Amino acid sequence: MTGPDPRTEDPRTDPRDELASHIPALRAFAISLTRNVTEADDLVQETILKAWGNFDKFLLGSNLRAWLFTILRNTFYSARRKTRREVPDPDGLHAGTLVTHPAHDGRLAMADFTRAFDQLSAEHREVLILVGANGYSYEEAAAMMGVATGTAKSRANRARARLCELLGLAEGETVLIPSSSAGAAAPGMGPGPGPQAA
Amino acid sequence: MAEDKSTQNGRDARADIRAEGLRRDIDENLKRVFEASLDPEIPDRFKDLLAQLKARGGGQ
Repeated sequence: MTGPDPRTEDPRTDPRDELASHIPALRAFAISLTRNVTEADDLVQETILKAWGNFDKFLLGSNLRAWLFTILRNTFYSARRKTRREVPDPDGLHAGTLVTHPAHDGRLAMADFTRAFDQLSAEHREVLILVGANGYSYEEAAAMMGVATGTAKSRANRARARLCELLGLAEGETVLIPSSSAGAAAPGMGPGPGPQAA
Repeated sequence: MAEDKSTQNGRDARADIRAEGLRRDIDENLKRVFEASLDPEIPDRFKDLLAQLKARGGGQ
């Protein structure tokens, strides 16, 4: 589903042939950043073009997905700096208060979780997708984001704390969403039925 | 005094365990939501793009 494990890729294969298998993950990452399906696919297209033109710079045997994710996030921030559509907000200071109403009946619904996730700043969404969802180490995520390892770690911790705050999670509440609901709509993190406006 | 300190340490340890559990749960949720959001179907625009790039031959 997620394509080949980037850590076990055969270094002898041409990475260009592997590119297609990373497109689902690239699209999901792009949607997490842009929160808009159309914009996300434009971002993925630009990422593919840049990657294709720079494969001579890709170190064979290294992590192709991490390399592609890095190109994608750099492209995203570079475009955002140009258009200034969103102010960099690594601490989610301007993200405002949650408008969701988590119905805590002892379990956390996926819809509540994704809605809260969408309220995070782009930097917080990014670090959680890299470290939390994709399991990259703080070192790897830091390299991808172009920051120090300590910065990646503290950013991830602040992002998790902000997410809990947005979810209105109190101590002792169950925070694990039921895995059976994993097939439900995931508004901000996947190519759902329609564009997700910011 | 020593008792107070050990009680405090015990509280800190329990708080650390809770924080660690919360972190794990959050990350597990993120994994589940991300996995659920993956669409294995590759849109035609990307298939066409890759075909065009390949047809051009290797790199740019």
